Amino acid sequence: MHLEIRGLTKRFGSFTANDKIDLTIEPGEIHCLLGENGAGKSTLMNMLYGLLDPTEGEILIDEKPVAFASPGDAIAAGIGMVHQHFMLVPVFTVAENVMLGREQTRAMGVLNRPQAAERVRELSERYGLKVDPDRLVEQLPVGVQQRVEIIKALANDAEVLILDEPTAVLTPQEIDELMDIMRELKARGTSIIFITHKLREVKAVGDRITVIRRGKVVGTAAPETSEAELAEMMVGRSVKLKVDKDAAKSGDVVLEARNVTVVDPRGHLVVKDVSFEARAGEVLGIAGVQGNGQTELIKSLLGLLRPAAGEIYLDGRDISHHGPRQSLEDGIGYIPEDRSHDGFVGSFSVRENLVLDLFRHPDYSNGLALDLEAMRKNADHRIEEFDIRTESADAPVSALSGGNQQKVVVAREFSRPLKVLIASQPTRGVDVGSIEFMHKRIIAERDRGTAVIVVSTELDEIFALSDRIAVMYDGRVVGTVSPDIAREDIGLMMAGAHEPAEGGAA
Amino acid sequence: MSETTTTQEPVAPQPKPSPGASRWEAWLPTVKDTLGAIVLALLVGALLIIFSTPRVIESLSYFFSYPWDFFRYAAIAVWDGYSALLDGSLGSPGAIVRTLERAAPLICAGLGVSLAFRAGMFNIGAQGQMLVGGILAGWIGFHFDLPVGLHLLLALLGALVGGAVWGGIAGFLKAQTGAHEVITTIMLNYVGRFLLLYFLAKESFQRPGQENLLSPPVADSASFPSILGVHTGFFVAVLAALLIWWLLERSTWGFEIRAVGANPDAARTAGMSVARVYITAMTVAGMLAGLAVAMQLLGRQDPLGDQIAGTIGFDAITVALLGRATPLGTVLAGLLFGALSSGGLAMQAAAGVPPEMSQVLQALIVLFVAAPALVRGVFRMRDTGQASTVMAKGW
Repeated sequence: MHLEIRGLTKRFGSFTANDKIDLTIEPGEIHCLLGENGAGKSTLMNMLYGLLDPTEGEILIDEKPVAFASPGDAIAAGIGMVHQHFMLVPVFTVAENVMLGREQTRAMGVLNRPQAAERVRELSERYGLKVDPDRLVEQLPVGVQQRVEIIKALANDAEVLILDEPTAVLTPQEIDELMDIMRELKARGTSIIFITHKLREVKAVGDRITVIRRGKVVGTAAPETSEAELAEMMVGRSVKLKVDKDAAKSGDVVLEARNVTVVDPRGHLVVKDVSFEARAGEVLGIAGVQGNGQTELIKSLLGLLRPAAGEIYLDGRDISHHGPRQSLEDGIGYIPEDRSHDGFVGSFSVRENLVLDLFRHPDYSNGLALDLEAMRKNADHRIEEFDIRTESADAPVSALSGGNQQKVVVAREFSRPLKVLIASQPTRGVDVGSIEFMHKRIIAERDRGTAVIVVSTELDEIFALSDRIAVMYDGRVVGTVSPDIAREDIGLMMAGAHEPAEGGAA
Repeated sequence: MSETTTTQEPVAPQPKPSPGASRWEAWLPTVKDTLGAIVLALLVGALLIIFSTPRVIESLSYFFSYPWDFFRYAAIAVWDGYSALLDGSLGSPGAIVRTLERAAPLICAGLGVSLAFRAGMFNIGAQGQMLVGGILAGWIGFHFDLPVGLHLLLALLGALVGGAVWGGIAGFLKAQTGAHEVITTIMLNYVGRFLLLYFLAKESFQRPGQENLLSPPVADSASFPSILGVHTGFFVAVLAALLIWWLLERSTWGFEIRAVGANPDAARTAGMSVARVYITAMTVAGMLAGLAVAMQLLGRQDPLGDQIAGTIGFDAITVALLGRATPLGTVLAGLLFGALSSGGLAMQAAAGVPPEMSQVLQALIVLFVAAPALVRGVFRMRDTGQASTVMAKGW
């Protein structure tokens, strides 16, 4: 199928999200769509998938103009989409999820499950997808769930497959597998639109790369283009991909976890006997695939979850039984992994969010009434210092782009004296330009003598920032290594293999 | 490579709108939706008036030979009905007083529901909180003989304490056990009602020589004095709205309430005590419901009985929703419902329209407010894509 987008424009009020975009997808190519968050990639794909009406322009399939009123039309035309957040029913089997929406029935309206299972088996064999049709979706790892989404699209005879940030949730190994699947699909004639902001992946798998910035196509590149050039196209200025930092000047132990065990609210044992030390002036990286206990470990350090066993010491003082407010007042800064979940209040203004955990401080209130003038001054100051792009200090944070939302959180946490900074996925969903900025600030905080703990599922980030790396798997720290370890070795540790002998404990 | 190299695009300086203007602009779609809903409700109400008027129905039997009768009678019926509604709510000093006195308890209880809403809770319990506040306020009001002023203050305090306890229980249960406030407040409504009936059956609550479940009215020393025919309780209600506005928008406590209501996880992570906010917000919400019953007992000097709260505790929910859980909105919605209620009686007396019509109008308004897309479609307003603020939450 030959898919062409011609002069596609989408305006929301006075804001132009997509401005005369031209794009051609040849049959059997992997076309990468590269752009920062908020560049307009999702808007474009939503128009292509029938979720949004274009303001201007047209979509042509095999030279014939088409109009999609709903995703149903797009699917019928052979376009499939795998969303970043999966659209699966967890308590259904793989086959049931795939048949959902176009169920085949036997006599008396009984669902024809065997037929659906057969279809899944056939598709998974043909494309090498390795999925058991009879397993419940909730029991499958994230990477396999993603394959179920791909099978769903293929079962609809999709000839063009849109993958929206598919690697965000995967382990390094799963990413490699996904790339193999993409190559297999391509070999069998399916075209793929691969949306991402990760340069490494684009270069690994793409045939052509279209870069979008601020709603416009800024250029098309070949995969041979260097990462630095791609980043520059994406951001509009040259970007440093490496963090400049001096060797750490490690000081005393500031935060120490001793045999910490955490049971989550559902009663699962999620952190098992974890011990580590965070030193002043040093970045401790905690690597690991999402869901291996990092989240809960961090929450226990902050007092959001009480450890079931073990102790946490701050400057030698046992703080295991402190609540979040005490931890904050003790000087622990926290950048949460999912900022919209617990990092800020979306409906609150930038001004209010910048004092969300500081409003009790005498600078901002007298105990009873808020000092609006002080809050305003603080906001103006932080907005300038952190280059937060917002219409005004009174705009709700939910109206900001992901990178700017993160800047609000970071600005707030950095605006009080810290002993420990815990940054969990500090650059998730943040554009390349902002990543550079965040990393600089984190290293600056380290150099000021703060003990920094960075939790990340992205190895690039771990390697860029860490002075020591603790790898977590299944609730345990499987090893603590120095950042000169090979990428493959740490990937193996993240998958549960033990610390390689030559890794060198740090 | 440094940050300041070549291709950086100049960022156009954004004109900064003054905060006041942007606030108002943010609310403009909501105001339009609400006014649209009111107009639409009046239109549907007009149809109902037309088809519930006997003369109009009769004229339909010869519609095809002489259709003008139908249109004439229909127009007359709608005109009569709505002019009586307007007349009965705003047409005379007496009508205005009636409107204000009916609005007062709706405003107070509506504020209680709004406040709980802002803390992320759906307070169905204004009714029960009113009744328990009423027990204390009534008893203090008619049982004791105290000096003017002090008596009123104590009775008022009784109303506040009773409501606060009843609201606080629901808040405490939610904070400590996670029990959903919708369930607990509904159940507490029953408990409160039968608690009231229990006390009403006591001799000390009954009028001398009578055995029906109705207390004497409170002593004059415990009642709100009147200014220009309006009991001063109304002004207390308006002051309460001002106070709640200040608490919500200007105080540290309100900051916590709004944060917890909008995102409890972020509030907790920022070191706020979500449990404490639930308890204090529900306590103050109950207090406001208690203030509502004070309007009836100490303002209108209604005797304490099973019907002391009428349906005010439930109407308060619609008032709060219509007012988008803001103090100003709640006052305006309370006034509107007060006017509809006092005008409804006049509508029946003057135009023979059933008194239920004003209730139907209230229901229709809320219905249309809950479906802003419908209102926008009818009036061809541009859809801003902005979801209605309050309604989407908590249901």
